[in-house]
Amino acid sequence: MMTNLPKTAAETALIRQFAGLQQQGVFPPDTQRAGFLPSLPQRQAAIAALGAHGLPTRRLEAWHYSDLRRLLPDIAAFSDKIDGVELPPLLAEAPVLTLINGRAGEAPNSGNKVFKAISLAANSEAETQYAGFDTELEDKGAIISQINTAFARDGWHIEVAAGNKAVIELQNIQNSGQSHSRLAASVGKAAQLTLIERQAGDNQASFLSFASRLELAEEAEVTWIIVRQRGLNAAELNRFQAILGQKSRLRLYVVNLGGQLVRQEIHVDLAGEGADFQLRGINLLAGSAHTDNTMVVRHLVENTASTEIFRNVVAEQAHGVFQGMIRVAQAAQKTDARMACNSLILSDEAEFSARPELEIFADDVACGHGATVAEIDHNHLFYLMARGIPEGAARILLIKAFVGALLDELPENLAGALHKVLAAWLESHFTAA
Amino acid sequence: MLEIKNLHASIAETGLEILRGLDLTVQDGEVAAIMGPNGAGKSTLSYIIAGREDYQVTQGDIFYNGRSVLAMDAAERAALGIFLAFQYPMEIPGVATMEFLKVAMNAQRKARGEAELKVPEFIKIVREATAGLEMDMAMLKRPLNVGFSGGEKKRAEILQMALLQPKLCVLDETDSGLDIDALKIVADGVNALRAKTRSFLVITHYQRLLDYIVPDRVHVLYKGRIIKSGDKNLALQLEQNGYADIIGAAE
Repeated sequence: MMTNLPKTAAETALIRQFAGLQQQGVFPPDTQRAGFLPSLPQRQAAIAALGAHGLPTRRLEAWHYSDLRRLLPDIAAFSDKIDGVELPPLLAEAPVLTLINGRAGEAPNSGNKVFKAISLAANSEAETQYAGFDTELEDKGAIISQINTAFARDGWHIEVAAGNKAVIELQNIQNSGQSHSRLAASVGKAAQLTLIERQAGDNQASFLSFASRLELAEEAEVTWIIVRQRGLNAAELNRFQAILGQKSRLRLYVVNLGGQLVRQEIHVDLAGEGADFQLRGINLLAGSAHTDNTMVVRHLVENTASTEIFRNVVAEQAHGVFQGMIRVAQAAQKTDARMACNSLILSDEAEFSARPELEIFADDVACGHGATVAEIDHNHLFYLMARGIPEGAARILLIKAFVGALLDELPENLAGALHKVLAAWLESHFTAA
Repeated sequence: MLEIKNLHASIAETGLEILRGLDLTVQDGEVAAIMGPNGAGKSTLSYIIAGREDYQVTQGDIFYNGRSVLAMDAAERAALGIFLAFQYPMEIPGVATMEFLKVAMNAQRKARGEAELKVPEFIKIVREATAGLEMDMAMLKRPLNVGFSGGEKKRAEILQMALLQPKLCVLDETDSGLDIDALKIVADGVNALRAKTRSFLVITHYQRLLDYIVPDRVHVLYKGRIIKSGDKNLALQLEQNGYADIIGAAE
C-alpha cells in the first residue's frame, strides 16, 4: 500500500484552514459545553491524524465505492456570510432549530416543557460532561469523525425527558462556504421523539460535516428522518450514530435528493434487550451526484431486531452506494436482521453499488439480505399508457410507487409531507408530457 | 370506424410473424366478435391496436376514423378513444387504484382540451360507476389490481372503461376466469355502454360470452388472418361444430 501520496488540494486546504482558525482563536473555549464540542487538544489530534493518513481512497474497504481523494478534489473556503434562510418546516407544527452556515439560531419557544434545546456554542457552562462523540483517531476510515472533531464549532443538544413526546425539525442550511456542526440528542425512558433533519442548500459550492449522536433510554421511541435537498456543487459528510437501550425503538429514514458528493454514515448499536431498529432509505439521484450510504449495525445483546430497506432510483450519470454491515455479537442470540436493497436504473450510465455484509458470531439467529436491480417494468408502463397516461407521467407514477411504498409505515402527516418532497423532485427532474 | 388493412405483424424480439395479412372493419356502433383457436393471434391483434411496442408491423396499416394510428404511442391512441380491456390486467404495487383512475381520467381530459375533474365530481362519477358493477369503493383504495381476484380484476377493467368513455373498446378474453354471475355483471356493464357512437371488438375463445354480449358481426381468426365472417349465427355454428370445418375450408 502506498503511504506517501502527495497531498491533494482538499487535504492541504483543510490543514491550512485549521491553522488559520486556530490562530484567529475562533474555537469555543474547552470549558463551554464540555464534551459536546471538542477540546483544543482533541482538535489538534484530529487534524494531525487527518494530515498523517489523508483522505480515504478506494483501497480502504469502507470507502471502496467513494474514493474521497478523487471525489473531493477541492473544498469551499469558510465564509462568515450568513447565506441562507430558515425554511418552512415539513410539519407545520414542528418547532425549528436552525444551523445556517454552521451557526445555531435562536432556541425556539423557551417555555417549552416537552424538550430542552440548547445551542452548543451558547455562552453557558455545561451542566454535565458529555462523553458521547467518538474521535476515532486510529481508524483511517473514520474521516468524518476526524474532520468534525477538528472543526465543529456549533450545533444543538436536545433532551426529551422521560415520558414526554416531542416533534422537532432541525435545519442545517448551507448554501455556500463551509461548516461543521453537531447534534446530540437524548430521549428519556418511554419518551417519544420525531426529529426531522433537513440538510438543505442551493447550487453554490459548499462543504460540510455533520455528526449526530442519539441515545435512546429504555422504551424510548424515535422516528428520525434525514431529508437531504442539496445542490449540484455541495459536498456533505454526515455521520449518524445511535445507541438503543432496552425495548427502545428507532425508525430512521434517509431520503437523499441531491448533493454532488454525499456520504451518509449510519452507526447503530442495539445495546439493550428487545431493542428494534428499522432503516428505510430512499435515493433519488440524477446528474452526476455521488451518494454513499454506509451503515454498520451492531447487535450486541439477545433478542434484538433490525430491518433495513433501501429503494433507489438512479438516472443520468449518478452513482449511488449502499454498504450495509450487520454485526451480530456472540452474546446476541435470537437476533432477527433483514436487509434489502432494490434499485431502478434509468440510464446506461447510471450506477448503484450495493454491498450487504453479515458478520455473525452467534449461532441462533435469523439474518438475511437481498439486492435487486431493475429497469421500469415495461408491462406496467404499457398498462398505464393504454389508459391515456403519457409516457413521462406514467414513469413518474411508477417511480413514485416504487420509492413511496417505503413511507407507508409512517404516520399519515409525515408520509404526506415526504410524498410531496419526492413528487416535487420527480417533477423537476423528469418531464411529465 | 376501425379499418385494418392487410396487417402483417411480428414479435419484435424474435421476428416471429403472428398476423399475416389481416383485414377487418368495425363500423361505429357495431359490436364485432373475434373468435379463433389458441395461437390464432387474437391477443396480438388487441395489443397491436392498443399500441404495445413489443410487436413490429411489417406491412399494412390500421386506420381509426381515417387516420393511421401506427405512429402513435399507446397513450395517444387512448386519447383518441381506443381502450383495451386486458385479458390479464397488470398488478401495479404502490399505485392506489383511485389515484390511478384520477390521473388517467385527467390525462385524457387534458389531451382533449377539457378541464381537470374536481375531486368531489370525480368521486361522484366513480361512486356511480362502481355501484353499477357491484364493486366496493373500499377496493379502490388498494394498489391497482394487487390482491384482486380474477373477477375483481375484470370488473375493474370494465369500471375503467365506464369512466374513460372510450369510442372503441377492445375486450381481450374478458370472459376468461369469470364465473357465470361475474360474467353477467361484466356483460351488463358492457351492454350499458353500447351506443351508436361506440364500437366494440370482443375477442373470445368461447361462444358463451356472446350469449350475453350479442354481436352484430362475428369474425374467425386463424393463423393471423380473418378466414370467415358472418352474423351472430356464425358463433353458434362454431359452438356446435368447432373450428375444424371452417379451417378445413379455408386451407
